[in-house]
Amino acid sequence: MTTLDITPAPLEEPEDYLNKAYNIRSWFLTVDHKRIAIMYLISVTAFFLVGGAFATMIRLELATPRGDLVQAETYNKLFTMHGVVMIFFFLIPSIPATLGNFLVPLMLGARDLAFPKLNLLSWYLFMAGGVCGVAAMVMGGVDTGWTFYTPYSSEFATTQVAFTIMGAFIAGFASILTGLNFIVTTHTMRAPGLTWFRLPLFMWSMYATSIIMILATPVIAIGLLLLLAERVFRLGIFDPSIGGDPVLFQHIFWFYSHPAVYIMILPAMGVISELVACFSRKRIFGYPLVAFSSIAIAVISFFVWGHHMFVSSQSAYGGMVFSFLSFLVAIPSAIKVFNWTATYFRGSVAFLTPNLYAWFFIGLFTIGGLTGLFLAALAVDVHVHDTYFIVAHFHYIMVGGTVLAYLGGIHYWWPKMTGKMYTEWIAKFAAFAVFVGFNLTFFPQFFLGYLGMPRRYHAYPPEYQVLNVMSSAGASILALGLALPVFYLLWSLWYGKDAPANPWGAVGLEWATSSPPPTENFEEQPVVTWEAYEYSRKEPDVVGVTPNDTSTPV
Amino acid sequence: MSASHPTILAHQFDDLHQQKESVTLGMWAFLVTEVMFFGGAFLGYAVYRFYYPEAFAYGSSLESWRIGAFNTVVLLISSLTVALAVHEAQGGNNGGVIRYLVITIALALLFVGVKGYEYNHIIEAGHAPWQRFTEGYYAGDNPSPSAHGAGPHGTGPHAQGANGQGAHKATTIFFSFYFAMTSIHALHMLIGVGLFIWLIKLARRNRFSPKYYNPVEVVGLYWHFVDIVWIFIYPLFYLIDPKW
Repeated sequence: MTTLDITPAPLEEPEDYLNKAYNIRSWFLTVDHKRIAIMYLISVTAFFLVGGAFATMIRLELATPRGDLVQAETYNKLFTMHGVVMIFFFLIPSIPATLGNFLVPLMLGARDLAFPKLNLLSWYLFMAGGVCGVAAMVMGGVDTGWTFYTPYSSEFATTQVAFTIMGAFIAGFASILTGLNFIVTTHTMRAPGLTWFRLPLFMWSMYATSIIMILATPVIAIGLLLLLAERVFRLGIFDPSIGGDPVLFQHIFWFYSHPAVYIMILPAMGVISELVACFSRKRIFGYPLVAFSSIAIAVISFFVWGHHMFVSSQSAYGGMVFSFLSFLVAIPSAIKVFNWTATYFRGSVAFLTPNLYAWFFIGLFTIGGLTGLFLAALAVDVHVHDTYFIVAHFHYIMVGGTVLAYLGGIHYWWPKMTGKMYTEWIAKFAAFAVFVGFNLTFFPQFFLGYLGMPRRYHAYPPEYQVLNVMSSAGASILALGLALPVFYLLWSLWYGKDAPANPWGAVGLEWATSSPPPTENFEEQPVVTWEAYEYSRKEPDVVGVTPNDTSTPV
Repeated sequence: MSASHPTILAHQFDDLHQQKESVTLGMWAFLVTEVMFFGGAFLGYAVYRFYYPEAFAYGSSLESWRIGAFNTVVLLISSLTVALAVHEAQGGNNGGVIRYLVITIALALLFVGVKGYEYNHIIEAGHAPWQRFTEGYYAGDNPSPSAHGAGPHGTGPHAQGANGQGAHKATTIFFSFYFAMTSIHALHMLIGVGLFIWLIKLARRNRFSPKYYNPVEVVGLYWHFVDIVWIFIYPLFYLIDPKW
């Protein structure tokens, strides 16, 4: 080179987990938890869009009282597939398999999860389950409701029940492997000095989630397997004509599926704890209580399944016990809400997108949680059972809770995962659209349910139309708010500013390495000498992890 | 340590101790999931046996407790040979590992073979649940009407089978659980055989040493678990009302 090159020579880009290799093999055979997290992120987003498409059809049909867009049978398939896809293929893996996979080793100061190959196997199982589920949809769909209640599912439904159940069954093992990996990694691979009470609260909720994953998922696995055996091999397990008990299936189903609600919400709570601490610049108020409340929720979650069956021939005493136990869940949940709020008090609060999601989460989760108490009350539940009140309640938890926390977490850790910054103003706009659209969609459904509109019908009396139109209108705003991030986050990959190692000035080991991190996560083994969320401490140095210990002030 | 055995320490671990702890904890956690998995089936069994005790006793009397006892002995011996394989691995005797695992595989296949013979026997006798849709399935050897169960909710059309067939119908449930649980158990045994073949491959490369015998140990744990499941299945299905 003889000519003078006035543009600065491109600096040798440091090797990170993304630019290390570009070929297909380096992705599909990777054992790097960060790459597997990205693959999960893409897959669950795809399923989210599929489930969203079904939701769109549902809301379009319900814009008018008459069943004019789709027939009743088609509508049954729409809400079933919306539920199956959203729950088994989006909500369950959403935060644990994407953010959890990415962050658990980083937060622990480890090079990878304890079982990287099992982690990859988990993704393949998830995809195999997804393929089964999609195959069922392509071959005509399924119409049992996502709950697969017997004996309809085992004997009478003529739709693709078997394939759908296979899909849910296989995807369950993906979930079990994720939980197993997190539990072992948390126990054996914490960095030197990283005691349990120095762990970020995200880790506590991941641990609690993992407990549910490994204890509850196998139970629905055997339940679905028995149902499959009954449907395919004609065994007689739940068949009433030979004395079988269809309600037994409901017990087995809800023994998993109620704790599964906490598989969805506990990781969300973990994300919110991180966001609240970072954007109020304070240690989470009452850290040990918030940590133990995650464990408490996980434990109590196993003893409340009967509240789904208050009207399913359960004894009155059984109902009373389950009602009481369900009320108990409110205590640890409220501890979290109060402590987040107290953390903001006199904090240095930042008006940034992830924090917006944290605020919205706290508000919407509170509404979802409090209406859960209505449903745990026996008399009220008999009135609103199987109405839109239920639909509104669990969407406040699952969308207002989990999806918002998921979005908040994706925005918060996006710079770390991709090394790029997204555009703040449009992200804020999308967050407000989600919030407004969500409330307009689901708040009217509380009224609809209380007024007596049952769920799972494609037509309704004209009196309900105003509220339904509000709901459908809100859904279009919500759809806009949810679609925008797909575009601007992808845009940021090419045109976004490069992210510094620690764009939010957060503490936590994941911010102490470069963005995006190298394959081995840390250049040298981190040694933790500080407490969680020690925002009084000077920010950790970029990359080299030699945090300034302020425990001995000068 | 890792320099002398570059392949036995996986990249994510700092040392062999951490690796051993992780792998062992991982297997125990996995066995917990297995307990919950089989637990769901045992729960269903318990519920129906509570509903229909005499139908279950009747179903049990149609099984051959001798075949079950034979298989129990086979399985217990296989647990012994696995334990001996672990012992050989701890001592670094790879040849001994291979020897005992081959015996274990043979015993496992013997068990599954006997199981297949038993399945065949039950199907030929016409007790298989899917045969209930064929003509005359319920016309045969009905037990006495006193064998009726209480039914799921005390009363109801199937609780008191007015035609005297209630208990026989619930016997179909007994055999449904029999086929479901023993076939899942047999599948676990075949998975175990696959794991043993993998261990034999490692042992043929002289991989196991007093420092590194973890794979044999955790697969052994798995095998003992499969054994324990059978210890519960055997009395529950064969010994309610055995024909001595």
